[in-house]
Amino acid sequence: MDGKCSNGLQVSGLACSRDDRLLFSGLSFVVAPGEALLLEGSNGSGKTSLLRILCGFRDADAGELFWRGRPLVDSDYLVEMAYVGHAEGIKKELTVLENLRFSRALNQPGKLSIDQALAKVQLAGFDDNAVQTLSAGQKRRLSLARLLITANTLWILDEPFTSLDRQGMALIETLIGEHVAAGGMVVMTSHHDLNLPVARLQRIHLDTCH
Amino acid sequence: MAFIPEPISRFFHRTASPPHFYALANRLIPWLSVLLVLGLAYGLYGGLYLAPADYQQGDSYRIIYIHVPAAWMSLFVYVVMAIMGGIALIWRMKLAEVMLISSAPIGAGFTFIALVTGSLWGKPMWGAWWVWDARLTSELILLFLYLGIISLYGAIEDKRSASRAVSILALVGVVNIPIIHYSVEWWNTLHQGATVSKLDKPSIHISMLIPLLTMAVAFKLYYAVAVLQAAKLELIKREPSAQWVKNLLETSA
Amino acid sequence: MSLTAAFFAIIRRDLLLAFRRRAEMANPLFFFVLVVTLFPLAVGAQPNLLQTMAPGVVWVSALLAALLSLDGMFRSDFEDGSLEQMLLSAQSLPVLVLGKVVAHWLVTGLPLLVIAPLLALFLGLPERAMPTLWLTLLLATPVLSLIGAIGVALTVGLRRGGMILSLLVLPLYVPVLIFASSAVDRAAGGLPVSAQINILLSMLLAAAVVTPLPTAAALRMSVN
Repeated sequence: MDGKCSNGLQVSGLACSRDDRLLFSGLSFVVAPGEALLLEGSNGSGKTSLLRILCGFRDADAGELFWRGRPLVDSDYLVEMAYVGHAEGIKKELTVLENLRFSRALNQPGKLSIDQALAKVQLAGFDDNAVQTLSAGQKRRLSLARLLITANTLWILDEPFTSLDRQGMALIETLIGEHVAAGGMVVMTSHHDLNLPVARLQRIHLDTCH
Repeated sequence: MAFIPEPISRFFHRTASPPHFYALANRLIPWLSVLLVLGLAYGLYGGLYLAPADYQQGDSYRIIYIHVPAAWMSLFVYVVMAIMGGIALIWRMKLAEVMLISSAPIGAGFTFIALVTGSLWGKPMWGAWWVWDARLTSELILLFLYLGIISLYGAIEDKRSASRAVSILALVGVVNIPIIHYSVEWWNTLHQGATVSKLDKPSIHISMLIPLLTMAVAFKLYYAVAVLQAAKLELIKREPSAQWVKNLLETSA
Repeated sequence: MSLTAAFFAIIRRDLLLAFRRRAEMANPLFFFVLVVTLFPLAVGAQPNLLQTMAPGVVWVSALLAALLSLDGMFRSDFEDGSLEQMLLSAQSLPVLVLGKVVAHWLVTGLPLLVIAPLLALFLGLPERAMPTLWLTLLLATPVLSLIGAIGVALTVGLRRGGMILSLLVLPLYVPVLIFASSAVDRAAGGLPVSAQINILLSMLLAAAVVTPLPTAAALRMSVN
């Protein structure tokens, strides 16, 4: 491993198949601090599968993953990463505040307090509302607020813009930009046309990774 | 894994590669089948013809030549499955997953045979087709454990996930089998009092014992042949588009 | 945040959730009472017969009630993505799993203790057996939750896992059933029960230490 990649997420020779159909193979990339990676590809090209491999939910058929130069299992990967997937991982019977407190209890507390994070995602004043009274876009912003209240450097985002309006999308784009500018890393999928304020943005098109 | 010496793990990985295993199984199966037929022939001849009749039970005891080896095998196969499950979980070895799931129906079959023959044996001894004898009850619960593994594997669509699930279940089961066995035995003495179970400790003469042991070996050989055949099929079903399967089809065509 | 904090946070959250969904909480209890009620209707109401059967009937019913309530243990967490977040937590998964099981038992197992005297009354179980019945429920229903958690974790990804769950879990419940009902039976006859109680206690301790490991492994498999 060369010195550059040892400080971030490195993937080499990754392959994944589903139902005996090869989704991608020989996939290698490096995401270093201050970089974002946008995964593109048609439906069923394996974007979500790749993210689930990065989360450790799924085993790759081949290939290796390193975090800061060490195999994922031997590293602080789980402490340093955060994931927002299709399922938002928030409880609809609990309030906004209860949900965020619980997420923080499961992880290390981050830079922002819960109040600051809620203000950032424009949910200030919703603390005691039950999540089931929120709109789909508000729920999405709540699940992204989780990224701000826990300590993490790598964000793994699966279609983070789903059910957000234009204003909400712009907000999340800004958050991603700030995170990357502060030395964070982002790996994400999206089928929206994005205007990410990120200087070092990589794109990988999964349909071509065979 | 770090704690296994390199040459040994390399040997295992080579043997466990599907094409290598497939070829090995093909070479082994004829030999094992010949031994199986010989063992079965001698065991049955010795057990049903050469061995003397029992002075108490007459000829009805001869069912032990099926019942006892089947009961032994029912446990043996489960333990093999648990070991395969452990290997599959620790080393993510596909062959171990395949061996585990290929063993399950065979083990369930042995368990079923042990139950049926036990019940047949019980009729002249106890005057009933079924009594809640400790051995039979344990065997019945073991059958449920097998059926649980088979149906869980069938229910999970993704077969790699299904293999991991049944590996975990087999390990949980093997830890529980002794607990279940002893608690059932204890329960049995509690409720049945002085009923002596003839199935537990057959006092046996050497001329009866040799055919019995031969039958036990024959049953093991049968298991080996059956599991190798089933595993061959399962390997092909799992990776139908792998290169070695294509080669295989070409050479056989 | 520390592991203990995460452990208690998970218990607190699940209790809160159970409270918000309290309408569902009573279902296993109704089921428990209902099953016990069926026995006199089926076998006849002779007091002697019922009294002999009481320890077994109460325990079989408790076991079925525990089984029925299992399905909810990880279901909603699986569906709304909370389980994924739990797996990604930096804390040890088996400890978090233990927290989930404790919370589940507090909600579904503990109420069985409250209703048990009523059922003992229905079946004419002698009063002197009551403390033992309580003690066996207290020691053994957590074992049912702990063992059951393995089965739920294995089947939570299945659309219709209920039947398979019972097939997986019931055989493993046999030792608990044997020792618990035998303790109540002996207590009803005025005999000492310390052996059974000790065995149940050691089963509880062993299950609390060991079962979270396969449960955690099974959850990882299910999230796949």
